Amino acid sequence: MRVVVDLNRCQGYAQCCYAAPEHFVLRGHEILFYDPAPPDAKRGEIARAVQACPVRAISAEGLDAPERPEAGAAS
Amino acid sequence: MSPSLDPGIVIVGASLAGLRGAEALRLHGYAGPLAIVGEEPHPPYDRPPLSKHVLAGELAPGATALPNLVPLRATWHLGVAATGLDRPARTLRLGDGRVLPYGRLLIATGAQARPWPGSEEAALDGVFTLRGRDDAAALRAVLAQGPRHVLIVGGGLIGCEAASCCRDLGIDVTLVDPNPTPLARSLGTFVGGVVSGLLERAGVDFRPGVHVELLEGDTFGRLRRAHLRGGETIEADVAIVALGAVRSTGWLAGAGLMADAGGLTCDGACRVLAADGTPCQDIYAAGDVARWPNPHYGGRLIAVEHWGNAVEQAGHAARNMLAAREDQQPYAHLPAFWSSQFGVNIKAVGLTEGADTVAIVQGSRATRRFLAVYGRAGRSIAAVSFDEGRWLPAYAEQIRAGRPFPPIRDATDQTRIATHVPGFPAPRRGRAAPAETGGIHV
Amino acid sequence: MSDTLLAEEPRVAPAGTAPAPDDTLFAQILDPANRANPYPLLARLRERPVARQRDGRYAVSTHAEIRSLLFDPRLSSEDLPPSRRPHTGHVLKDWILNPIKDRVATAHRPLIFRDPPAHDALRHLVMQQFTVRRVRGTHDRVTAVVDALIERCRGRDRVCLVEDLSYPLPVAVICELLGVPEADEPQFQAWATQLSTALEPDARRDEDTRRANVASFDAIADYMKRLIAEKRRRPTDDMLSGLANHADPATPKMGDFDLISTAILLLVAGHETTVNLITNGMLTLLRHPLELERLRRDPERAPRVIEELLRYEPPVHFRTRKALGDIAIAGETIPKGAAVMLVLAAASRDPACFPDPDTFDPDRADNQHFGFGGGLHYCVGAPLARIEVEIALVRLCQRLVRPCLARDPPPYRPGAALRGPASLEITIDGIL
Repeated sequence: MRVVVDLNRCQGYAQCCYAAPEHFVLRGHEILFYDPAPPDAKRGEIARAVQACPVRAISAEGLDAPERPEAGAAS
Repeated sequence: MSPSLDPGIVIVGASLAGLRGAEALRLHGYAGPLAIVGEEPHPPYDRPPLSKHVLAGELAPGATALPNLVPLRATWHLGVAATGLDRPARTLRLGDGRVLPYGRLLIATGAQARPWPGSEEAALDGVFTLRGRDDAAALRAVLAQGPRHVLIVGGGLIGCEAASCCRDLGIDVTLVDPNPTPLARSLGTFVGGVVSGLLERAGVDFRPGVHVELLEGDTFGRLRRAHLRGGETIEADVAIVALGAVRSTGWLAGAGLMADAGGLTCDGACRVLAADGTPCQDIYAAGDVARWPNPHYGGRLIAVEHWGNAVEQAGHAARNMLAAREDQQPYAHLPAFWSSQFGVNIKAVGLTEGADTVAIVQGSRATRRFLAVYGRAGRSIAAVSFDEGRWLPAYAEQIRAGRPFPPIRDATDQTRIATHVPGFPAPRRGRAAPAETGGIHV
Repeated sequence: MSDTLLAEEPRVAPAGTAPAPDDTLFAQILDPANRANPYPLLARLRERPVARQRDGRYAVSTHAEIRSLLFDPRLSSEDLPPSRRPHTGHVLKDWILNPIKDRVATAHRPLIFRDPPAHDALRHLVMQQFTVRRVRGTHDRVTAVVDALIERCRGRDRVCLVEDLSYPLPVAVICELLGVPEADEPQFQAWATQLSTALEPDARRDEDTRRANVASFDAIADYMKRLIAEKRRRPTDDMLSGLANHADPATPKMGDFDLISTAILLLVAGHETTVNLITNGMLTLLRHPLELERLRRDPERAPRVIEELLRYEPPVHFRTRKALGDIAIAGETIPKGAAVMLVLAAASRDPACFPDPDTFDPDRADNQHFGFGGGLHYCVGAPLARIEVEIALVRLCQRLVRPCLARDPPPYRPGAALRGPASLEITIDGIL
């Protein structure tokens, strides 16, 4: 499956790292390194990462409704 | 035109802006035909990881395909470039000779790496630019073989990120830049000096104030060395040319639009302007290629080559494309970017261009964790964070509201605010229409 | 009201203007009479995003404004709740004049009451121990505890969720993570319950509460001191052992006072809030039987359900900060020194951010709730809470046969900041 993170939005809360530790890692103080192509078998973990992100910076195919049409002010 | 004959909306450009524009059209209820034309053979992919994790070998070049967040029901024309636009006929000419009719058009052709000026030198084995997935794959393959010495020409974001990767891989690297520090054009030398320190600590041979005059090859057409102005040479078997980007507008020559290497000029609602300055009602632009009057910066024409703008402007243009003529909303984007290099997360908001002052308002340069705010004529116009991203939203608010400089006093963890000269180099010579391009140049 | 936190200033209503807005809304929210359903009051509060209250405090209730302030370095967590107000205005003199216990409490306040850089150093040390491995490692234990607690209800036609599950679960989990012996859990539960009242804004003004909190604090601090000594003698694989035997010479370690206050914080903050989240969660599902049924059939919905619960019935309704400087926001200026109430629960129901905010809808998009706060004080224990609540709610939905609320609304505990039912009676037709 495909994943992308809006790293402008990302605040390094690291909630995704607890939800899917093999696919999201925080490096240094606040660099998020993530796997943009996790296996389908990890859909449950990725879904938890998407939902747990406090700023909704993670998008994954088929897992979250897209951003609001008027989104952007926050990013 | 009967609905069955409606050619619908065509999007030129199949990268981030093109994809997000298509999604936004569907999300806003557009149900008609939708075609997407992309010069590269690849479905839309994400670029930021290319100069970081792909070069470092942590991600395969093909791994960054972008998720498709909305069912698109689109016709894809990939691996074929748009080569011309006939506005009176409402058609696109494609590289394979086909002619594609459109009802409305969204131009999101982005930008290309600025090539090395000498084409023979640029063609030498070992000379790379870094923009697309194929560039990254080729460069990664060479780095994986352990080159003797890598020369990076240009200390912008891409150049610095590439240098960081090379050092992580244990490769000797020299970074040259005509300015006194890296990132001098985007952040100024005051903040850029911190990046000089990062390069030094990582063991990068940084050569400020250096101009490369010539790339010399051997008899087999392989890069051997670079000749610098002043006669010095640098031995290198790989050169990464990181001189920024030029907007992909060449295919619009003759289309009667306001387009040049600095961008495609739009009105505030993302509608493309005809050569006479009137907006085309049926042609919009978004992403790196679009240059529009930004209300945050006095309506100056600005093009922003960053991820966040591609997403937001594509969404905005799509919304306006479907809205009535009297309901065209202006696009008021506050530019933002991030970069990670040498273990530090750099995030910025606003445009530093024209800043006359800079102040460290949180943390310190000595610890390489700080937040700096840029002021222009007493107003706060931009902020950059080095590993202090948590404060950035507060400063972004201040910049969006055009608050005085410095914007926040009496903060926690804040020592006395001292102001400094940001140290921006003189405008680059030989640029196409430098006064009309904004963005945070790298 | 009797609130004398800040001196009341005379209010002059300019002639010919609209009627003065109700500046007692926050006081009404604190009133236990409004505990069962504070949301109409929160909606009225949102009419003025930044509203000065009669007692001088400022209530901030809208999403955009709270988001802005959560990231604003001019808001401090240090001064509230104060152990003592400054007497002389001279820092050193105040410190000397303060009673010794308050001096210690001030210097070694837990990280939720600290600003950077002290906050960051403490939080960093905690996060080093609150590892992904440890947190995810609780999964099996949580499942076992939940199932055992549910099993104990077999043969009954009624469960009291708070007593039977919500209370015992978090304390068992945090004790295991910290490294507290299982036998001491009941004692911990009592301390945690008492000390959580210290997080309410009026706790310090009630002399009985204050005295009880001091007694609990002394008892738990004494217990922790002994436990830390034990962890130094015989380290085990738990957070307290890790904190007490800090090995990294590159970073400063936690002093013993900070170690004690941090351990107490982890217990208190991780306990009451999780109790409320589980109880509020089951209450909400029982009020939305369709959602309960969907979760029962499809446990993969749990992450969405939980985030929506955190928005819709959050365990923490507001947090307090102090303005270090004048802050211009939403047409108001919060003056330097003012107490600022960030009404997170109101922002999480702001219609400007959440369409149909009073509808419980796990399928909503872009749910940027403040259920765990935000900014640098974002809940440390959030990942653990998510695990506990998910397992608890899914197992309850799967194992309770025909659960129904025996009483709606349930009785609430007095806390307004940490809001939750005192008990939740559920009738059942059995246990699966």
